[in-house]
Amino acid sequence: MENSVLIKTQDLVKIYPMGWKKLVALDHVNLEFKKGDFAGLVGPSGSGKTTFLNIVGSLDGPSEGDAEVMGKKVSTLSHKQAAALRKKHIGFIFQTFNLLPVYSVYENVEISLLLLGMTHEERKRKVMQALEWVKLADRAKSKPAQLSGGQCQRVAVARAVVKEPALILADEPTANLDAENSYNILETMVELNEELKTTFLFATHDEKVIRYLRRKITLFDGKVAKDEQTTPHRKGENS
Amino acid sequence: MTLFKLAFKNLMGAGIRTWLNVVVLSFSFVVIIWLQGLYEGMNIQSSTAVIDAEYAGGQYWHENYDPYDPLTLQDAHGVLPDKLKSMIEKKEATPILIIQGTAYPQGRMMTLLIKGINPDQNIISLPSHFLNKETDDIPAVIGTRMSESTGLRVGDSVTLRWRDANGTFDARDATIVQVMRTMVQSIDQGQIWVPLEKLRELSRMEEEATLVIVDKDTANPPQVSGWEFKSLDFLLQDIKQLVKTKTAGGSIFYIILLLLAMLAIFDTQVLSIFRRRKEIGTLMAMGFTRAKVIWLFTIEGAMHAVLAALVAALYGIPFLAWFAKTGFALPESTDSFGFALGEKIFPAYSAGLVVGTTVLVLVITTIVSFLPTRKIAKLKPTDALRGKSS
Repeated sequence: MENSVLIKTQDLVKIYPMGWKKLVALDHVNLEFKKGDFAGLVGPSGSGKTTFLNIVGSLDGPSEGDAEVMGKKVSTLSHKQAAALRKKHIGFIFQTFNLLPVYSVYENVEISLLLLGMTHEERKRKVMQALEWVKLADRAKSKPAQLSGGQCQRVAVARAVVKEPALILADEPTANLDAENSYNILETMVELNEELKTTFLFATHDEKVIRYLRRKITLFDGKVAKDEQTTPHRKGENS
Repeated sequence: MTLFKLAFKNLMGAGIRTWLNVVVLSFSFVVIIWLQGLYEGMNIQSSTAVIDAEYAGGQYWHENYDPYDPLTLQDAHGVLPDKLKSMIEKKEATPILIIQGTAYPQGRMMTLLIKGINPDQNIISLPSHFLNKETDDIPAVIGTRMSESTGLRVGDSVTLRWRDANGTFDARDATIVQVMRTMVQSIDQGQIWVPLEKLRELSRMEEEATLVIVDKDTANPPQVSGWEFKSLDFLLQDIKQLVKTKTAGGSIFYIILLLLAMLAIFDTQVLSIFRRRKEIGTLMAMGFTRAKVIWLFTIEGAMHAVLAALVAALYGIPFLAWFAKTGFALPESTDSFGFALGEKIFPAYSAGLVVGTTVLVLVITTIVSFLPTRKIAKLKPTDALRGKSS
């Protein structure tokens, strides 16, 4: 299972209609990701990074080709099946954190577990464990508005990892953070990747994130321009 | 339970917007219950009054009797059959003889109904015992309205003229022995009550009656040939119809209030869905199906009604209870409405009214809350996450 294929795309094409024109966001992309990968899609804006994450996360469907996520072809999934896949196996981290403002930190993290039919005690244990991972256990009762940007993103990380999904998709997770907070978040993610063997797939053009990747896929105009294994350089290490 | 918890959190999180909607909706609750209670009270009060004073357990009408056609009175009397006689003897019924006549109060002429009643009856609450008073002529009881319109007071004499069974005119003086105060106009206005036997004798209608009022406790009144039994359902149908008409008129007020509250909730829902698209996208990304998100928003909207019911209970119960105790004073002009209401209406709030109103408001609120959420069904998760509408 360690090296088993988690994501496999075959001639993945995504076309968006733009008036009478068509915008090709992904152009015959063939990629494979294994369990435990810490990989990133890099490239300029409009290169197809987010589109790729959306399709892999079963939030969107392909125009042609297919993406197989944990053995399930995204193009064949109904809305319900796609929701079930996300519910059990995929965690999302967004650039703008997307925390629910009326809920506390604890409730924001707990919401991922509410759909999984866990008991209150089980949920409480897992939520507190996730908050320990991101070092925010003492802020469990705070509202998102009372947290800094870095803390908000750590809550978002906790929300993504709390259900211990096989795959976490992070779309520009450090774009709204300063350098210090970016490194803290990335360190947390690396630790979770090593500890839980969770596969992380980033969409980024942030150099700080790219330094942490073990695999870097460069997209350009919807095509894979380069796919390379890299040596990660964590905070404090010389590049 | 999860969705209810989330919906409640969201609702509380919306702050002042939620409470504004809740307060307006709670007004609807209280006004609906108050108005309906008022009409129900009116219905009960007027029905009880006429049952006590006029209808008791129902009436046997002579087959020619039509209260809406005074011309029928000439023939609407007959000798009481044995079955009715037996009921009267057992004090289960009391006969009334009605003839048309003319009174000459203070030199004026006035057409009226002369009604004969047994002074010792206790089937209806009319104070007939005053007719036992010894007078030189005919002892008579009138109501306050009749007293007002004729100027007759206790002790006054008035000349009465009528035609007997043979068509011969006769006249006699009557002395007013009592002016009764009653809220039932139909035993007061345009009529004078005299002892039954005296009227029978004067009109040459021995053993006869126009109608027979049966006791309230009479379970199954028998069929009597030549006489039609009129149940309370029949006798009260005019009152019920009047109350129904007034209820429909009064409903317009609370329908407008309810519409305003629903409009506010609808707008809140539309605004909420528009403003919270990113949240909807996030929930979908976490594994919520569209149906679950729709449910969440619908429950959120419907919870306005639950909160409104609680808020309404907070100030509505003391208000409605106080109102039911002190009543609603009616202006004097309402006496001419055709209702036997008295000086005050006391609202009556039944459990059915409260539960029915709560269910009605809850169902309408849920429907109104659901309608805008159908937009979510068309929302693509990726668009929602970007804060766009699909």
